[in-house]
Amino acid sequence: MHPPPSRLELLEIVAEFLRKDLLPKLEGATAFHTLVAANVLDIVRRELALTPDAEAAERQRLERLLDTTGPLETLNDALCLAIREGRIGPDTPGLWDHLWATTLDTLAVDQPGYAAYRLEAARTINPQEGSA
Amino acid sequence: MPAEPCPSTTDFAALVARMVRRHLGAQCAVTRQTRLSGGASQESWAIEVRGPGVVEKLVLRRVPAVVERRREVKRPAGSANEARLMQIMKPRGVPVPTVRWILDAQDGLGEGFVMDWMDGETIGRKIVRDAAYARARENLAFDCGAALARIHLTPRDELPALRETHPQEYLDGTFREYERQGHRRPVFEMAFQWLRQHIGRLDPALCLVHGDFRTGNYILGQDGLRGVLDWEIAHIGHPMEDLGWFCIGSWRFGQVDLPAGGVGSREALFAGYESAGGRVDAQAVRFWQVMGSLTWGLDCVEFAREFQRGDRTVERAAIGRRASENEIDLLRLLNPREPR
Repeated sequence: MHPPPSRLELLEIVAEFLRKDLLPKLEGATAFHTLVAANVLDIVRRELALTPDAEAAERQRLERLLDTTGPLETLNDALCLAIREGRIGPDTPGLWDHLWATTLDTLAVDQPGYAAYRLEAARTINPQEGSA
Repeated sequence: MPAEPCPSTTDFAALVARMVRRHLGAQCAVTRQTRLSGGASQESWAIEVRGPGVVEKLVLRRVPAVVERRREVKRPAGSANEARLMQIMKPRGVPVPTVRWILDAQDGLGEGFVMDWMDGETIGRKIVRDAAYARARENLAFDCGAALARIHLTPRDELPALRETHPQEYLDGTFREYERQGHRRPVFEMAFQWLRQHIGRLDPALCLVHGDFRTGNYILGQDGLRGVLDWEIAHIGHPMEDLGWFCIGSWRFGQVDLPAGGVGSREALFAGYESAGGRVDAQAVRFWQVMGSLTWGLDCVEFAREFQRGDRTVERAAIGRRASENEIDLLRLLNPREPR
């Protein structure tokens, strides 16, 4: 076991250093790439924090949709082939819910600032209130 | 986009200086040379030239020899064709920078051309958001629609030889690219199925298509639309391809409720298109918007693959994570969760 700070905290402070200390001293392409580098660290941090639960839920949904078990990647490939061959489609109960949930979980890691994500995520958490 | 100083390739600087002397006169010298970033597969350089009583600002656009993009559908038209198209568009009322000359073998700089510098903004985020451009945005979607109609109405016999891509070939080629990438995504599969089911409804007439007309690829001045850029994947294709591409979520730069490039409504874009003689097929625009989000998703994956093949920049590495924004945009098109 490693003592604290945790890997999430370490990633967070490095990204903060890049943005707040280093970036103001840079310009041009180097400044731009430093900002991208900080964003990449944030992606990794969110992935470490969020993906275990998200993938467990994704796998459960896939097992229900496909009525079988297996590793996540195998199940995902099976879903893709079923869609391609028309065995699963727009009218399959639970399909759209699965695609929405998986996509929202992916965006929560990759790009939580994407405007369409913010709008749709707010709708999911608080469906009565409509758009953000 | 950030600019960076000329790298210390003195050969390149010497070649540019020689080219300037060849085309503008022996007494002309390059006084500034700045790399403009932003081009995915082409380089652009801002070049300042001074001679007796002359100061000129130019842009050199060239294809770097090293870039080998493995694309099947979005194949480039070639620099000479790109320049030629801009020359054809100008008298047809499509705003474009003036092309000065096309590079030839004697220039020793590879494929490319030189055009006049044009003042204005190209950064998408600033175009859709900055208060300074509020006035310029007022008629922008309409003007973009009108420019697109003028492009599409160009008689075929005035055009250089361009690749012709029928919608079915476009779809089949895109699917082959997806298969080659080897990473299956259920939302992309749903989009392919939807496209297969709706492709039969497209009007078969094809025309000149810009291929990459979007916010970020035109110059905006205080007076509005000034110059349409990035003609590198122009081709003969379906006219609604350009309108759908202009509307995809990624080119709204956060202005999610302004479908026309983050600067206006679909209605304004369509009205501009029809004002210049075009005819809008809204269902077909939707088809090409689905296709556009799908192909941009594949483009993001492809950039990440270039990183894995050795183009080791942090920007290339990061862009693969933008594939998923297209999944949410596709879901919003194929399974909208609110009546609109």
